[in-house]
Amino acid sequence: MMKHPDETIDQGRRDWFGLAAAATAAVAAPGVILHLASANTAPEAQPASSAVRWGLLIDTNKCTSGCRDCVDACDRENGLDLQTKPPTEAPTAWADQKAVWVRKVKLADGLTGRVTNLPLMCQHCEHPPCVDVCPTGASFKRADGIVMVDRHICIGCRYCMMACPYQARSFIHQPMHDQLTRVPRGKGCVESCNLCVSRRDHGLPSTACADACTAAGKGAIVFGDLKDPASPISLALKAMPSRQLREDLALNTGVRYKGV
Amino acid sequence: MARALMSNPGRWAGVGLILLGLCWTLAAQVAWAGDAQHFVRPGSKAATLGGCVEATPFMRRNHMELIKHQRDITVHQGIRGARYSLAGCIDCHVSHTADGQAVAINSKQQFCYACHAFAAVKVDCFDCHAAVPRGGPLSAAASGQGATSERDPRGE
Repeated sequence: MMKHPDETIDQGRRDWFGLAAAATAAVAAPGVILHLASANTAPEAQPASSAVRWGLLIDTNKCTSGCRDCVDACDRENGLDLQTKPPTEAPTAWADQKAVWVRKVKLADGLTGRVTNLPLMCQHCEHPPCVDVCPTGASFKRADGIVMVDRHICIGCRYCMMACPYQARSFIHQPMHDQLTRVPRGKGCVESCNLCVSRRDHGLPSTACADACTAAGKGAIVFGDLKDPASPISLALKAMPSRQLREDLALNTGVRYKGV
Repeated sequence: MARALMSNPGRWAGVGLILLGLCWTLAAQVAWAGDAQHFVRPGSKAATLGGCVEATPFMRRNHMELIKHQRDITVHQGIRGARYSLAGCIDCHVSHTADGQAVAINSKQQFCYACHAFAAVKVDCFDCHAAVPRGGPLSAAASGQGATSERDPRGE
């Protein structure tokens, strides 16, 4: 049987399609291969995991009056030392209003006269009141237990500051100019200790305050993973009595204190 | 095939249209690239590179979507240094004065300002984010370099 003339194979057309397919593959293949090869295992490429819970253990017996090394280290780490007093603000008001992530607190027992010094920062509660009250979801808890503020959606209402039993949060009242790249901060947002979150994301072992305390020879602050039974913080918590501040509130804080 | 083409004026018209389209696309790309050079500041890292993280026309229209999407991943999941980071934009597009000082990227005639002034879109990013590279992804103390000039406006 003779083929219909229209059914003859046009070899030129076939060659052309072959060439086009080959060219497309040649263009696309490197991209596909690169994409497969770049499955990034660096710590900064991994999402925060609920397999860990970051926390601090503070031994108030080792914390001394007048030492501000942890506070200063925190200020340098997060660029808080770059804030300047607005010209219109009274010095006393500024001392009250400027952002502080770690405060040194002195407790005096009226009966015995015993004085205890301790650094007080965000306690990174398991059940954070600041997250409960936030109307926008800006105050949130990360998978690894860090409680922080998403400044992109913070409207500056300061309910969280009211709700926090530890007065751990600060509000930025004035336009900011000298932020660090790794710590964006700006007017109209609330902020607080985030356990050196950029260090966490890069897989570093410690916080600025704990490093400074160790460097000062005090070793009053231990940072670590509360969920890892073999971590130094878990071993220390198991070996020695410690407390949560305001444990009556049952917030299950991530920051624990010895000697209070 | 050639004989088939020659015998069919309709096909010739089709081929002509395709060629015209290709030429137009090429011309448009060249024009866009030339335009981009106009806004990319001389002396910035971007001026020395062939292209942005995506094609320039795409970046023009969608850069805000890219950084808005990535900011949520960074803040909530802690994934840093990914492809569309704002810090990356600033690192690459910031220009410097004659004495090496970084110029705020949102200041007049700089990279962000150039288009945003024309489009009358306010940039809120730099109310909080540093407009020049200042300090790396880790503090000097964290990266074990001791005291460095991270508070210097030139940064890094």
